[in-house]
Amino acid sequence: MVKNTKVQIKDLNLWYKDNHALKSINLEFKPNTITAIVGPSGCGKSTFLRSINRMNELIDNTITSGKIIIGNKNIYDNDVDEVAVRKKIGMVFQQPNPFPKSIYDNVSYAPIKHGITTKGIECDNLVEHSLKRSALWDEVKNKLRDPGTSLSGGQQQRLCIARTIAVSPDIILMDEPTSALDPISTEKIESLMLELKKDYTIIIVTHNMQQAARVSDYTAFFDQGEMIEFGKTDTIFINPKEKRTEDYITGRFG
Amino acid sequence: MKKSENPFYDLSLKKRHAKTKRFKLFTYSSLLFSLAFLLFFIVDIGIKAFPALNQAYVYVDVTYSEKSMRSPRVAIDKKYKRIVSRAYLREIPKHIKQNPSLLYTTVKKWVLADDQVDQYLKGHYSKLKPKDKIFVDKLKKNKIIQLKFNKTFFSNGDSKVPEFAGILSSMIGTILTLIVTMLFAFPIGVMTAIYLEEFSKDNLKTQIIEININNLAAIPSILFGLLGLAIFINSFGMPRSSALVGGLTLALMTLPIIIVSSRAALRGVPNSVRQAGFAVGLTKVQVVTGHVLPLAFPGIMTGSIIGLAQALGETAPLIIIGMIAFIPDSPTSILDAATVLPAQVFTWAGMPERAYIEKTAAAIMVLLSILILLNSIAIYLRKKYEVKW
Repeated sequence: MVKNTKVQIKDLNLWYKDNHALKSINLEFKPNTITAIVGPSGCGKSTFLRSINRMNELIDNTITSGKIIIGNKNIYDNDVDEVAVRKKIGMVFQQPNPFPKSIYDNVSYAPIKHGITTKGIECDNLVEHSLKRSALWDEVKNKLRDPGTSLSGGQQQRLCIARTIAVSPDIILMDEPTSALDPISTEKIESLMLELKKDYTIIIVTHNMQQAARVSDYTAFFDQGEMIEFGKTDTIFINPKEKRTEDYITGRFG
Repeated sequence: MKKSENPFYDLSLKKRHAKTKRFKLFTYSSLLFSLAFLLFFIVDIGIKAFPALNQAYVYVDVTYSEKSMRSPRVAIDKKYKRIVSRAYLREIPKHIKQNPSLLYTTVKKWVLADDQVDQYLKGHYSKLKPKDKIFVDKLKKNKIIQLKFNKTFFSNGDSKVPEFAGILSSMIGTILTLIVTMLFAFPIGVMTAIYLEEFSKDNLKTQIIEININNLAAIPSILFGLLGLAIFINSFGMPRSSALVGGLTLALMTLPIIIVSSRAALRGVPNSVRQAGFAVGLTKVQVVTGHVLPLAFPGIMTGSIIGLAQALGETAPLIIIGMIAFIPDSPTSILDAATVLPAQVFTWAGMPERAYIEKTAAAIMVLLSILILLNSIAIYLRKKYEVKW
């Protein structure tokens, strides 16, 4: 394995029944970077993202082949438990989906179940740390017992990020995390991502080209289940090699 | 402004609006129609049941002696012999046995009057002889006969003597039966729903199971009685007429209702909640018990209570397994012979004595009150635990 690689995708294929959704994907993600995955709707970018933390297995009739190597281990090996994979690789979804519990419990629920922390002062600290890390602490510190759903959309999304951070993952996957949010909330999430980059490797699926250009270090362009082009974001946006990439980025299709 | 100048004038609109109005009237009158039926039913039963609240009592000397132990008729004055309830007289030896200090005393007390006296006082048809009627009128004038609150109705079991009949044993039978029903139907139903909704894959096998559960919900209830008779009584040898067999039979009947409503409640939980749980590395059981079930809980409870209410009113399957029996004494365990409220209503409705009419209506009112109470609890739970999304 090449040094300075966090995630290595080798010949990843995925089928939904007869639908070949991902075709021989090869990719590498570097640590402490943000990689944006862009492409038209239905190109398989969300499917690809979900295959990194094995969330596709929750859908019936999916078949995956190929390797995803993280820390010298293929996560699709038989001796790897998908629950352990998901603990190491957090995920933030398109729609903010806090648990139907209090703000405090939203953050503390999973760490307690994982045995990372126990109820009490230790847990309080973890909750505070996670909420500070996701830039939500100041807004909620006086109402930690309120339900998570009582927050605004942008706050809920940051709560979901705090919840993800609380189980101390290595990698955070984000599936269009700002598409349901207004520009101000989006800006907050984006600056939060740049902040989080110091500690985590972030992979983000986005429909928003400006967002990809603003936050990401690397960009991968997907179309019809194939990875068309991958490179530094600046290169992809200014000087793409492939015609299809150029057409998509300049808005001629997609 | 003239019609021709109005840019919004549309000739056809008047007709179309008239149609809307007529349609609204139809829907509204349907509502009124069903409400009128319901109201008629409640008022009719209520009027019939109201007299059962009171029962005629007569103020007489009761002589407790060795003679009255042997033949209780002599315990009271001969002139009252057609006035005082036979069932009460029969109880006198029991009273003495329970409380020996009564022996050799004479106590002046209010005792239960005969049902014919009771019916006469309430202005209903009575078989009393004319001279007895005159005697009763006289007693009434002297306040020796009075209508008093009918404690007997709530403290006694069934009896062939109308004034002595009550709903206590059928109430206890109903409670025991429903406890057995819920203890079996609720956990099995909810667990089945969880398996089908959260674990099983959507394939031919689960589709066949689903169709059959829906079929089960539509099976005539009397067939469940035959099933209960065959399985629980014939094969397992459980005691006939018992709350155990009745409860299990009703559980079979309630099961599909609980499964279907619990599945609907589980399906109503947004998938994003499950994904959120899996994405932070929770296991299936942690996601289901920690996040999905609490959200589905109001729906599951509502469905279960409605299933319970249906089981409460069910009579047909219980007739088959013998819970229609004459039960004067309250059952003390789920193995004792018991009867239930709707079966008691059925029994009383078939009795020849007039005095049973008001008892029947009163038992119906009690049954309806419990049903309304259960449904109110269902609505309350749904409102209280409903999570807004």
